Parts: sequence; C-alpha cells; structure tokens
Amino acid sequence: MSEPVTMARAINHGLRRAMEDDAKVVVMGEDVGKLGGVFRVTDGLQKDFGEERVIDTPLAESGIIGTAIGLALRGYRPVCEIQFDGFVFPAADQIITQLAKMRMRSLGKLELPVVVRIPCGGGIGAVEHHSESPEAYFTHTAGLRVVACSNPADAYTMIQQSIASPDPVIFFEPKRRYWDKAPLEEDPARWAPLHEARVVHPGEHVTVLAYGPAVKTCLEAAGAAAEEGRSLEVIDLRSLNPLDIGAVVASVERTGRCVVVHEAPVFSGYGAELAARITERCFYRLESPVLRVGGFSTPYPPSRLEDHYLPDLDRILDAVDRTFSW
Amino acid sequence: MTINSVRGAPDTRETADHELVQLLTPEGERVEHPDYPLDLSAEQVRALYRDLVIVRKIDLAAVALTRQGELGLWASLLGQEAAQIGSGRALGDHDMVFPTYREHGVAWCRDVPPINLLGLFRGVNHGGWDPAEHGFHLYTIVIGSQTLHAAGYAMGIQRDGVLGTEKAGATIAYFGDGATSQGDVNESFVFASVFNAPVVFFCQNNQWAISEPLEKQTKIPLYRRAQGYGFPGVRVDGNDVFACLAVTRKALENARDGQGPTLVEAFTYRMGAHTTTDDPTRYRLKAEEEAWKLKDPIERVKAYLVRGDLADAAFFDEVDAEAKRVADDLRKACLALPDPGPMAMFDNVYAESHPLMTEEQERFAAYLASFEEVRS
Repeated sequence: MSEPVTMARAINHGLRRAMEDDAKVVVMGEDVGKLGGVFRVTDGLQKDFGEERVIDTPLAESGIIGTAIGLALRGYRPVCEIQFDGFVFPAADQIITQLAKMRMRSLGKLELPVVVRIPCGGGIGAVEHHSESPEAYFTHTAGLRVVACSNPADAYTMIQQSIASPDPVIFFEPKRRYWDKAPLEEDPARWAPLHEARVVHPGEHVTVLAYGPAVKTCLEAAGAAAEEGRSLEVIDLRSLNPLDIGAVVASVERTGRCVVVHEAPVFSGYGAELAARITERCFYRLESPVLRVGGFSTPYPPSRLEDHYLPDLDRILDAVDRTFSW
Repeated sequence: MTINSVRGAPDTRETADHELVQLLTPEGERVEHPDYPLDLSAEQVRALYRDLVIVRKIDLAAVALTRQGELGLWASLLGQEAAQIGSGRALGDHDMVFPTYREHGVAWCRDVPPINLLGLFRGVNHGGWDPAEHGFHLYTIVIGSQTLHAAGYAMGIQRDGVLGTEKAGATIAYFGDGATSQGDVNESFVFASVFNAPVVFFCQNNQWAISEPLEKQTKIPLYRRAQGYGFPGVRVDGNDVFACLAVTRKALENARDGQGPTLVEAFTYRMGAHTTTDDPTRYRLKAEEEAWKLKDPIERVKAYLVRGDLADAAFFDEVDAEAKRVADDLRKACLALPDPGPMAMFDNVYAESHPLMTEEQERFAAYLASFEEVRS
C-alpha cells in the first residue's frame, strides 16, 4: 500500500501507470495538457508523455469523443476528459449513437476501448452546469459500461481497469471527493473486479445502496444510526452498468429493508431501476418498499441551496426511519 | 417580403468557370486545368467507364428490390457516380474511407461485395463488412458523425509516424451539402485543421438535403468555407470522373505528405429521390432534373471514348452485359439473405461478458423455447 493520496492524485497515478504499460493509451480533453486539467487530475502527464499522447483538444465535446472513436478505430486507447458533467451533452450524440453501437454495427469486428471521464455531482459551490449527475442517461444506453468511484483506492484501480476494457466505459468521478485521501493498492492481484459491488459497512437492519459521492455520506449516516442502535449495511455499487445485482440481493435478503441514495433526481433515476429489481427478487422478504433519497424534480439549484437538494445524513436517516414505519 | 428574401438571393449554385475544376465537359471533350494534369490511358478510361456503369446498375437493382419489398429502404446514388468512382479510384491501400449511407460507388472501389451493402437496408444487420479489410468504414446514418471519426483516425495515422513514408495513408470523409450545417462537420474541420491531420473532406453537394435546397444550408459556395478553417477548398465538377479523380488524388497525396486537410466540394446532383420513401415531385421542378440530365456523368465518358475511337460497340455491349450479371447476382444474393435468428440481437453488444444482458438473453431464449414445448 502507498502513502495516502488524494483521489485526484490517485486517478493521475492510474492514468500514468496505464500510459506506461501501453503506448497506445492517449489522454485527451480540454486543458488536460499544460494546465493538467481544471482539477489537476492529468497534472504532469503531458510533460512526461508529450503532446502526442496528452492532447489539448479544441473546445468541442462532440469533437473530443468523435475523434477519440477515430483514434480507437486506428488502434489507440483514448481516455477523454469531459471537463464538467453538464458539458457532456454536446458529446452525448457521439457517445450514444456511435460509441455505444459501433461494435454491434460491425458484427463484432470493431473494438472501441474508449474511456470517458466525467467529474460529476455537486457540493462544491459551483455555478450552473457544474454539479450534475447524468449517469442514468448513460446506464440506459446499451453498449456502454458505466462505473462510479467513491474513494482514492477504487479510483486508482478502476481507471486502469476501465482503460483495459475492450468496451467503452463512462467513468464518473465525484468531484467533491477529489481531495479525500487514502492509500492505494498497487498489486493488481488484490484489486476487485471492475463490475463488483462492495459492502463498505456491514450491518443487519437496512441495506443502503449508493455510488460515487453519496457513499461517504451514507457511511456517515451509518455511523450516526449506530449511535441510535440501528445497523445499516452500506453497499458501494461501484458499477452501474452492469449492476452487481447478486451483492444487492444477498444483502436485502438479510435486512429486508433498502434505501437507495444518489444525487441525481429520484424520478426516472438509477434508483428506480434498483427499486424495481429488488422488488422483483426480494418481494417476499421485503418489510417495506425500497425508498429512494436523491435530488428533486428540479434543475440543479443555485449553489446556496444545494445543501437542501443533495441527500445528506439527515435525509438518509429519515428514509431509514420510514422503512420501519410501514 | 419573406424572411429569406431580406438579404437577397444567395449565389451558392453559381458555378463560374474559374471556380469549377473540370477535365471532361458534358459533351465529352477533354479540357486541361493547370493545377490538375491527368494522364489516363485508354484502358484506364475504359475501366472508369466500366465502374460507372456497374455501380449505376447495382443502384437500379437495389431500387427495384425496394419497390418489390425485398429492401426496406435504399439511398440511391443516381447522378453521383462520377463523384464516387473518381474519388474512390484515387484511394490507395493505406487510406481509410468514412462513408455516409449513399457511398455504394466508393464501396465498389474498395471491393466491398455489393450484397454486403444490402444487409443494412434489408434489416438483417446494421452493417455487414469488415472495415479494416476494405479500408472502408461502416455506413454512418447520423448526418456528419463520421467526419469526426475520419479526423480522429487521421490523428492516429499521424501518431503512428507514417506520414511521408510509403506506409502513409489518409482518411477521406464523405458527406453531403446538408451535413455541412452539422456541428460535428464543423468540429471535424477544426480538429483536422489545428492538428494538421491527413483528412480529405469530400462533400458531394448534390443540391438537395431531402427537400431542402442548398440555399437552406449556406450563403456561400461550400468549398469556400475551408478558408475560414485554414485549409484549401476546391470545387470540382462532380459529374466529371476525370476531375474528381485528379482533384481527390492531389488532396490525398498532400494529406499523406503531411500537408493537412483539403475540402473537396464535388458539385453534382441527386437525380433520384433522397431515399426510396421520398417524393421529389413535392419540392422540385422536373425542368431542373432535365437540365442536370444533360450533364450525365456516364454519357460524357462514353462520348469521349467514342469520339477518340478508344472503345468499340463490342466493349460497350460487354460492359452492359457484365453490369447486368452483377445486378442479377446481387438480386439472387439478396433473396437468399437469411433472416437472423432472434437471439442474434444479443450478439456483439459487448466484447466482454455482461451479466445483465446475459440474464435477459437467457430468459428470452427460455421464453421462446416455451412455445416449442407447447407445439410439440
């Protein structure tokens, strides 16, 4: 294990290691070169790997993904940075109509090992379009794999596993956790598979499902609940598509109660899929409906209000309480 | 006064002689252009004529198959044969084509079996050939998306360090006049320009984007847009196979040599409907079609061959017979194309296993099998 590093550094180390291991890995995006990215995630990479492999692109998100597809067709493994979640939409066409579908279109002859890194979520006091959680748009698109890291150790391993994947991966990075610190596991033999969920806080009474930025909040909620004698089992899903449904079912079968937490709006959000699947598989074991805690059916609010919009410890505990009052 | 008339009529269709590169007139007369010398043997001209006739015949066969319900749709290349054969025959082994869904003539030049083009239109697959084997990417239906793929692939060629060597290749991105309004096409111009990527942007300006005339897309001749992006643009007579060959050849050579992108505007005309579901009588005049008929891309090559005594009647008969054979074979192969089994939709979505999809696949297979049990 390494010294503790921030999540931003952890991803940086992961990118560096992938670039050292495979000369075909290229990093591309707006400001990723000299500046090292607006969050400094790619800091120093251009200096060490050159402008051909760490590409400061024109300011055009569709162009970034579209040319990454072309590079992948030529045998490269592009890792694209979308500067902020709210700016992925100009690229959504290339991601959804081309990146996700090209393998099937080619009857399996083409491989698209493209990673799209998206700093996501709120909580940093940002202006509009800088705090969104667009994961459900992409989990709904067959052909993509969608993952979300929640801590430095996972960020380090998952970015490397995503780059190694022959399928396109949408990689969500919780930007308000960029500065959290933890040691990294450098031995790949000890890494969990990319699409495996992890129980990050074992418990007995209620299963709490989260990913990305909400995992830490749920861990805090588990600590507070313990003081009141409630034992929460927190699962970090890590992978949203595919979903490790086995880990989820195993937990809910034991607890009989489940709360899903994410920052994205609840309506038609990823939690709706979780609730439906859990209901299908654990129907007779459930003591109450699966409850969801998340953003409201409003656009992301101005940052002075975001603390009310984002699921916090109290709203999570409120939902936990409600699972006992059904 | 309508909104469109406020600024007066645009001159996008103006084809002043000095702007248009032409090496063979509609009457079949060979003319010279100082920038595009072209020396073709009689045999090479006959080969081009053969290509033109065969791809037109393939196209007519596909239209007929659609009328008979064997294809769900077809996008006809009628009228654009010279633009496609001229540019297609300029390509080298290391070049990579990024086509739209209308590039059947270019596909012919890249040895894609014509039957493989039909899978998409018959609905048995979304694209049925190996892009790497033919240097010919899959048909792209979303307008303009493939221009970015061409720019990115060209950036890969640069990174391979092959430009200027005998392994050098370029990409050629095909698109139409309508696509020039798309953001992706403009972004691909920017990327190709600032990275000096080896791309030839080959715009077949066939004057119509379904029902919308060129005036709805541009206020200036399209080739002049290249100047704004910082690379050369040239307008070529898109019904002149010699000129299309010469202009594309030069643009490809420049790209392979590290001199960056070129925009080629092949000025042509979509003689047929946009696709077999379209009805051009609703939006354009017969007189316009008649005027373009006089500029037919095949007739002028025939006239040139006859006038120069470069081919006899036996040659023309032989080409017609060969074209008919190709079309007949295509027709037979189309009728023999099997429908895929229902489980094929789960194939090739992911390279590596995907438990959620596998679960759905297994359930659906069991569901289908349950009908078999009932029957037996």
